Amino acid sequence: MRLPAQPGERIDRSRPVGFFFHGSRVTGFEGDSIASALFGEGQRIFSRSFKYHRPRGLLCCRGTCPNCMVRVDGVPNVRSCVTPLREGQRVEAQNVWGSLDFDLLSITDKIGGPFTPVGFYYRTMIRPRRAWPLYEKFLRSVAGLGKVDEHRGRTQRYDVEHRRAEVLVIGGGRAGLEAARRHAAEGRHVVLVDADPDGEEPGVELVRGTAIGIYEGGLVPVDAGTVLYRFRAERVVVAAGGVEQPLVFPGNDLVGVVLPSAVRRLVGRWSLRPGTRAVVVSADDRGLDTASFLERAGTEVAEAIDLRESRVRQIAAKGRGGRLHSVELDGKKVDCDLLVMSGGRQPAYALLAHAGGRVEYDHARGIFLTSEIPSGLEAVGAAAGDGISAGIPAATYNGASGKDKCFVCICEDVTDKDVKRAIAEGFDSIELAKRYTTVTMGPCQGKLCHLPSIRLYARENETDEASIGTTTARQPWQPVELGLLAGRPHEPAQRTSLHHRHKELGAKMMWTGSWRRPHSYGDPGAEAKNVHDSLGVIDVSTLGKLVVGGPEAAAFLERLYPNRFGDMKTGRIRYGVLGSDAGRIMDDGTIARLAEDDYYVTTTSTGAGAVLEWFEWWNAVWGMDVRIVNVTGAVAAVNVAGPNSRELMTRLTDLDVSNEAFSYLDAKHARVAGVPSLILRIGFVGELGYEIHFPSPYGEHLWDAILEQGAGLGVRPFGLEPQRILRLEKMHILIGQDTDSESNAFEASMPWIVKLEKEDFVGKWSLEHVQERGFREQLVGFEMTNGVVPPEGGQIVVGGRPGGRVTSSRWSEQLGRAIGMAWVPPDLAEEDAEISIKVDGGVEKARVRLRPFFDPDGEHLRA
Amino acid sequence: MSFLLPCPNCGPRPVDEFTCAGEVTVRPKDAPTFRALTSYLYFKRNVAGVQREWWCHRLGCEAWFMAERDTRTNDVLSTDVPARS
Repeated sequence: MRLPAQPGERIDRSRPVGFFFHGSRVTGFEGDSIASALFGEGQRIFSRSFKYHRPRGLLCCRGTCPNCMVRVDGVPNVRSCVTPLREGQRVEAQNVWGSLDFDLLSITDKIGGPFTPVGFYYRTMIRPRRAWPLYEKFLRSVAGLGKVDEHRGRTQRYDVEHRRAEVLVIGGGRAGLEAARRHAAEGRHVVLVDADPDGEEPGVELVRGTAIGIYEGGLVPVDAGTVLYRFRAERVVVAAGGVEQPLVFPGNDLVGVVLPSAVRRLVGRWSLRPGTRAVVVSADDRGLDTASFLERAGTEVAEAIDLRESRVRQIAAKGRGGRLHSVELDGKKVDCDLLVMSGGRQPAYALLAHAGGRVEYDHARGIFLTSEIPSGLEAVGAAAGDGISAGIPAATYNGASGKDKCFVCICEDVTDKDVKRAIAEGFDSIELAKRYTTVTMGPCQGKLCHLPSIRLYARENETDEASIGTTTARQPWQPVELGLLAGRPHEPAQRTSLHHRHKELGAKMMWTGSWRRPHSYGDPGAEAKNVHDSLGVIDVSTLGKLVVGGPEAAAFLERLYPNRFGDMKTGRIRYGVLGSDAGRIMDDGTIARLAEDDYYVTTTSTGAGAVLEWFEWWNAVWGMDVRIVNVTGAVAAVNVAGPNSRELMTRLTDLDVSNEAFSYLDAKHARVAGVPSLILRIGFVGELGYEIHFPSPYGEHLWDAILEQGAGLGVRPFGLEPQRILRLEKMHILIGQDTDSESNAFEASMPWIVKLEKEDFVGKWSLEHVQERGFREQLVGFEMTNGVVPPEGGQIVVGGRPGGRVTSSRWSEQLGRAIGMAWVPPDLAEEDAEISIKVDGGVEKARVRLRPFFDPDGEHLRA
Repeated sequence: MSFLLPCPNCGPRPVDEFTCAGEVTVRPKDAPTFRALTSYLYFKRNVAGVQREWWCHRLGCEAWFMAERDTRTNDVLSTDVPARS
């Protein structure tokens, strides 16, 4: 039922909006919030409370309290009083066991009081231990507010946008609009943020959203639904207003007990009658001022009490079925279905406190205020304490008279008794008590319970509010969806120029860092075997590729790597392991000398960024005459490998690819299928092979040419998994798989790569120390005695204790054996030594191998 | 952390665009004693106050530079690009 048309109402009566409440179709109007539409349809109970499942109705109507939170289209904890009504919305009550009118768990309200005091979960449900799974199952199902639909998937995309302004005004009330006008008049670029401003100001940009806090560096994130604006402003004006405070008395949570804002909004915006007979109990003018709204609505005001003058000491609300039916004022019963309570206003200082403002208690007015406002910040209006009249509602704490519960914190269902009990238990500091009782930790984040709880603390401790002090105000100050904070991922996925060819061939794709790569094309074992038998091709475009040039390029690489690069002939390739000054292995790759002062460095697929940063950093330290260019994305690469790869190359290039003219570890420029390329003859996979580097855009052309020309040679693409088998057969290490952040080149069994005779290189001194102190562990190969493949990460057992770990393990079809690599104690790093590996709870035997399993002398590579 | 860091090339940018490589240390000129080596590698001063640090504008110009930052307040007092020797 609506009142006759009211001046300034927000609803458009000519435009009905249909939606669903628990499956039934109901109707509101354009301009309604979900809550006002439901209220208009006669709904009074909106939710059940957190702990006692007490019926709760509209309290603030301005998005502060938790009472109107519902599930809308599967999204939990939607504050229905500030969420606009939309056609077809599906609205459901939450935290309800049974129905809104009859909730099974409301039994906790009847009998639970003595059994479920604050912190009961710390003390009860501990014994017997065996029963914990039962307790846990129950507690998990009843705890929390709202339920997330786990099977729903993503329905919303969120974005983050960086914004700047000269002046950012937070809050679009009277004071905020005035401040915006003032700054705009002085010619500044002003942005005003408010989800529901009182008006607009010409020359001021309005952003409809909610500032959720002030973070370090003056960052103000603004929640604008699906966009999070990260605002930076030279000046921030906080005009967040004041928060109307509830009174603490028995039954202060009954449906029908409201704050003045609820009356103003229900009547003024949505033309709804909040009740038929009202009592007003107020410690300031705001509560009394609702009289005019009540009159407009035709609500009879049975009693209006100004606590600043009246001697009323005890207030108790009485209800039936959770709904208010009378109020007792010092024992005098007054029938009513609406009780407007106002405990004065508390300035919304949280944003100022986030930014470093000091919060102090103002004795005269009984509120907390911010002093020492940091530079660049301005507080105006009620947030600064302006217009907040004096009035400390002393009567409101006297809850002893009633039988019903007296709520200090309605979000978390904490009563005055709970707080007293916490004090009796010794939680006398406000910060500790907060954590124990959870007062101020619910959805309202203290807006409604902070001040009343501190008052109660002060009274119980027989001191004043100033000495109790306040808890730290933390961001976010308004509820915010997690999706909005997560935003969109900032690291985009990377695809090689051959991505679509892999998809066409039915490759199973996997992640390697940010890259998408083919795991295999269906049969890793057969793909690996095909490389040994005839010819395989793999996309290795993901390798990091850096060009290091300049007069001091050779000297630069000599200083960075433990081995030599200055003595390399032009057109030759050398393997390199990059280490830190602590001697730890960071990355590996091949380095080709293309000219006297021009090197081509490849890195691991995931290491490209880190290696580039590392190179650039050392060059910033040393200031050498070197230029470093990252060509990772611009250059694609494929590796063709297998006994038939030479024949393939003769078909694709004019180059003399005979073993004499193009030997192992040679690098040559040539056209491959017409594409200008750099060809590196290297063999990560253990067979004769050529790594062809070429401009990325030619990817598909070159790939097609290889498959076409290789058709008669048994060519078959292979993925990352077969490559892992092949490299393991050669004991070629994978950085990050076989090594970790502690590994050094000596213990990783690559002493040949360390040239300690060089005058200096990064990591030299630490490696010298490793050699001096002796090895603590060593990376070796192993071969399983009975063919079982142990798990990667599996334990090496030495004398019944953990003594090492498996880093890689695979079944090799080529060798007909289960092979792997492992870190073992140095005394076991002997050819043929027996090691024990934990597999499925049992222990399996293996033999240590120090030389590659396949082609230990590298004849295939050099052929 | 959400402070702004002034890149010498790109101007003030959100700190999440940068990599920090920690305080500026001095690499020993000659082979250090073991004690000197470990203190160079592992013992940072970790001051509560102003320290010189290496930063790289990873998502911007990719340049390395040094910044003087107050570790207590995250105020960046100055930045400079190291001089070429």
